[in-house]
Amino acid sequence: MISQVFILSSKGDHLIYKDFRGEAGSDAVNIFYQKVTALTGDQPPVVMSHKDLHFVHIRQGGLYWVATTTADSSPFTIIEFLNRLTALVKDYCGSLSEKSVQMNFALIYELLDEIVDYGYIQTTSSDVLKNFIQTEAVSSRPFSLFDLSNVGLFGAETQQSKVAPSSAATRPIQSSREQGGKSEIFVDVVERMSVVIGSNGVMMKADIEGEIKVKCYMPSCSEMRIGLNEEFSIGKSQLRGYGSSVRVDECSFHQAVRLDEFDSNRILRLCPSQGEQTVMQYQLSDDLPSAPPFRLFPTIERDSGGRLLMYLKLRCDLPPKSTAINVCACIPVPKGSVSLSQELSSPDQSAELKLQSRAVEWKIPKFTGGTQLSALFKLEVPGLSSASMLEVGPVGLSFELPKVTVTGLQIRFLRLTPVQPGPSQRWVRYVTHSDSYIIRV
Amino acid sequence: MPYLGGEDAVRELRRTLSNPNVQADQLRYRNTILKVIRSMSQGVDVSGLFSEMVKACATVDIVQKKLVYVFLCSYAALNPELSLLVINTLRKDCQDPNPMVRSLALRNMTNLRLPSLVEYVEQPLTAGLRDRAACVRRVAVLGWAKLHNLQPNSEIDASVVNELYSLLRDPDPVVMVNCLRALEEILKEEGGVAINKPITHHLLNRLKECDVWGQCEVLRVLQRYKPQTEDELFDILSLLDASLVSPHPPVMAATFSLFLHLCSRLPAVGQAALERVRGPLLAACGSTSREMRFAALCHIQLLLCSLPGLLGAHYKRFFCGYAEPAYIKQRKMQVLVELVNDENVVMLLDELKGYCTDVNTDTAQAAISAIGRIGRSYSDKCLEILTGLLGLKQDHITSAVVQTMRDLVWVCPQCSDIVCEALEGCEDMLQDSQGRQALLWLLGVYGERVSSAPYTLEVFIDGVRSEASVGVKLELLTTAMRLFLCRPAETQDMLGRLLHFCIEEETDMCVRDLALLYYRLLHCGIEETRKVLQGRRSDPSLGVLIGRPAEPISQWASSFNTLDPLKQVTLETETSSRGSPEHVTFDPKPKNDLSDTLSCSRVDEVHPDSDGVGQFADSSADVPSPLSLSLSPALSPEEFERLWLQGRAVHAERGSEETVEKDIECLVEHVRCPAVPHCSPQSLQAAMQLLNIQTLAFTPPHTLPWRVYLYTHTQHTLSVNSTLILGELLYTGRDKEVKKEEEEEEEKEEGEETTGDKEEEVKVTLQQQPRDKEALRGFLSILTSVLHTLSAEPE
Repeated sequence: MISQVFILSSKGDHLIYKDFRGEAGSDAVNIFYQKVTALTGDQPPVVMSHKDLHFVHIRQGGLYWVATTTADSSPFTIIEFLNRLTALVKDYCGSLSEKSVQMNFALIYELLDEIVDYGYIQTTSSDVLKNFIQTEAVSSRPFSLFDLSNVGLFGAETQQSKVAPSSAATRPIQSSREQGGKSEIFVDVVERMSVVIGSNGVMMKADIEGEIKVKCYMPSCSEMRIGLNEEFSIGKSQLRGYGSSVRVDECSFHQAVRLDEFDSNRILRLCPSQGEQTVMQYQLSDDLPSAPPFRLFPTIERDSGGRLLMYLKLRCDLPPKSTAINVCACIPVPKGSVSLSQELSSPDQSAELKLQSRAVEWKIPKFTGGTQLSALFKLEVPGLSSASMLEVGPVGLSFELPKVTVTGLQIRFLRLTPVQPGPSQRWVRYVTHSDSYIIRV
Repeated sequence: MPYLGGEDAVRELRRTLSNPNVQADQLRYRNTILKVIRSMSQGVDVSGLFSEMVKACATVDIVQKKLVYVFLCSYAALNPELSLLVINTLRKDCQDPNPMVRSLALRNMTNLRLPSLVEYVEQPLTAGLRDRAACVRRVAVLGWAKLHNLQPNSEIDASVVNELYSLLRDPDPVVMVNCLRALEEILKEEGGVAINKPITHHLLNRLKECDVWGQCEVLRVLQRYKPQTEDELFDILSLLDASLVSPHPPVMAATFSLFLHLCSRLPAVGQAALERVRGPLLAACGSTSREMRFAALCHIQLLLCSLPGLLGAHYKRFFCGYAEPAYIKQRKMQVLVELVNDENVVMLLDELKGYCTDVNTDTAQAAISAIGRIGRSYSDKCLEILTGLLGLKQDHITSAVVQTMRDLVWVCPQCSDIVCEALEGCEDMLQDSQGRQALLWLLGVYGERVSSAPYTLEVFIDGVRSEASVGVKLELLTTAMRLFLCRPAETQDMLGRLLHFCIEEETDMCVRDLALLYYRLLHCGIEETRKVLQGRRSDPSLGVLIGRPAEPISQWASSFNTLDPLKQVTLETETSSRGSPEHVTFDPKPKNDLSDTLSCSRVDEVHPDSDGVGQFADSSADVPSPLSLSLSPALSPEEFERLWLQGRAVHAERGSEETVEKDIECLVEHVRCPAVPHCSPQSLQAAMQLLNIQTLAFTPPHTLPWRVYLYTHTQHTLSVNSTLILGELLYTGRDKEVKKEEEEEEEKEEGEETTGDKEEEVKVTLQQQPRDKEALRGFLSILTSVLHTLSAEPE
């Protein structure tokens, strides 16, 4: 049971406030903000209480999404509801930001009105909601030259581009209906890696959480068939021979997915509803099919002048055709480090000493597979002792691997039945993110 | 958007709203209304526009209608009279052919929250229950709940309740769930909706049709159902099995909660459900949403209370990601501490060591105290890390390390040597009062082993004038007193200065009173002072050796899937690092500890309850010899092991039952007490402690061979010399026989208990040092009577 829902910007501006039950006053918003800002640390705990009122909040898109409740409700339900609400707002408004929420507040009020009645969640299915939501989204996307890349000579849409523009999937779902937007469907395979590599180079932990997301901009789509790798197997026992089998430990599906062809042909059948939904989630621990994408070879020593020398070699073990982007290595350094001098192997890289987080951030915008980069950092640390060397590391790496799945999961085909009238586009995208990639020094 | 001052903006808006030209232009009208709502949600008071907005309500434009309703529902309570005007429009809309308009009108009619409008609302609500469109029925059902809460004292309309019950069979699942919700609210005083067998089975059969939210609601309501037979219970459980492993955390949690309620009498089924729910909970711990991860982690902590070994193999899942927020990292560390075992301890400590230098000081301190907690079982490895951290010379780390060491020494006195060594020179790094308090406590208790203790103390005493923390001053007084007792020559002068300052100049009452107390105590003589101040140095319960007992599931079942587990801010690691009272108080509290352990055994329900313990106390009084047992001086496990092995070696050389050499007396006896090896460690320990016998190490119950090591000091009231007695209880069972037969055999034995089978006997081996046969005999008789009493307890 939810008493109120409100959305606050990070600065505490009231963006949306809706009271469902009239149990608590509207001063709850201010009480919440005071509680949030009073706490130190990077993020306050999820649940806070004030007298009889409990605040449950999540942070998404730089905003606080808060639900209050007086009864002892299930935390899982409320958190899941808030997550679903953010997903719906994202679907309907195109993106999640203070600006988009501000511009579309009428739409969000309308959504809230249909989703929750008297504090009880009625429905969050976009198939149902699309019949009720009347307000049109105001898109906040600024004019960008990238949008022109799809436009051919004399402004004619060429439709020939093989790669979807990155902004393509951040538009409101409803525009497909009225504004004659393109009828498109995106299938994303997103994997998140969390890895710990010991100082001796041995992989100590490797977890991959993956999901297949479908984002549908089609007004009507009766059935879709997604074919996965035929040699896809679930569970440890099924590992057969040395073939290029793709294996995951556990796997779960959206309840709308029909699995009658899954066992024989690894085909998922579903009728996607508008907006984004997670069709399949899977997870693999400890047993990666390939080498970890990055290795680090550090040499750390003190020079005679009392400076700390860090010579880092970072190797990317992806196949040469793949590239990692937005690689950022974060190397914790001893407290009291004052300045940094650096020697990097190419000009597009950069490194910076962040005093706030006590770390050196080494940024590599693009890193081709099979290559190796090196960097030499000299740190001025007054009073450097041998014990402070303990403070160097562990190195955290964040990166994005476009067009790569670490598990090797691929989508063989994507078929829509019946064949859509008019132009429709189907996109399949793969990406692997680093959830937490730690290399001990 | 430019910010306009409240009143000007409202005036401007009112002018635009009442402008006929604007009203004629659909788009401009709607935009003006949008502006009103925008100001409203930014907190500007626009209630003055109520009458203009009421007019705007009469329109065919649904978007505009919705906007106006948002406004009206917010301000209706302030303008009850004007709201009457809206009712007409709303009632007209309830007749609209478009179901969307009907449901919209009905919903907002009930959202106005005006008791004066109830009479106008009832009729459309009744009609709404029978509407063709499901969306109208959904709204109407909840409308009755809203209406009831508007006038809580009014009579409950039986016909409405009946109608709602019959709507439980509505084809639309949301209507069904809404009926449950409405009935729960309307019948709150009667305990909510009646959950009988037909309703339960109807709800269970339709569970699949509901969405996630509906399923959670149904599962929650079903917690009140009591199945009539066991078969029915198992039917329900097998129906729900699929939702137990649902990929949606809310459904999984609600199902598990229902399982716990249904199986409160069948702990074995509850345990099986725990195993089953492990997978989905672990998956939720890896969810993309941080908040969901946090909720799952908090609930995993609950599960670990009952099944500590549940996730031992999955410890890597709880390693912290470097970008995770501090509150998740801290919870993960708490879970990691619970998961430690012989196989993973090295990996785990390696990982925790990495967190100790985290930028966030809270995370770093939590990591350090987590290492301290692991140190209770793996002290060598942990102390090595902790002393290494002192080398970093950072104040927050040093403070956390000293506090952790204090907590560790309190439960594991054998660590004190390393700790005393490490303490030298870290006083300069301590800035906060918690850390200094911990250091002072350690100096007071182990002052004779830290050579620089008086000098450190002198620095503190010289700076007492500028000391701000009362806690530090109190600790300082106690430390100075304790140090005076063991090193009087070095500390007498500074103790005098400190007492003088605290009595004459100190403004805080607590400090002054304590100083006065100590001053008077010193007047009573040094022996008296010693008695008061030199108590135990370690936790007498030795809870460490047996580990925390597994709580029964019922302890936390009611808080599963509620906000409680997420709220506990007073984390265990935190409280222990924030100067817990047991370190500051002078009276070690064996009594309290004992009653704690006793209450544990009472919950166990299997083994001796309080009556039994009373009997032991009696039996000790019955012992004829005027023998008294005492626990001090305490014996560390290492020392015990050394002495025991030494005795064993002597014993083996002679190869006889009774050995007389090197002043060590050995004695082997067999005591018949079949139930004792199955007794819970807590109750055994509690019973022994009542008689001042300290148990040192246990094998868990029901394992073979079953062993207990114990020791005590005897003292004859007549003679001065005391002796130390070490003992081992050994129960080997029948290892020769095939395991299969073992169970049958056991059953048989219960039948013929009179036959004096040697296998049922517990072998008691005692070693005494120095020799005192009489005392040893006396002790043996005490021990035998305890064991007999324990085994006499009904199973």
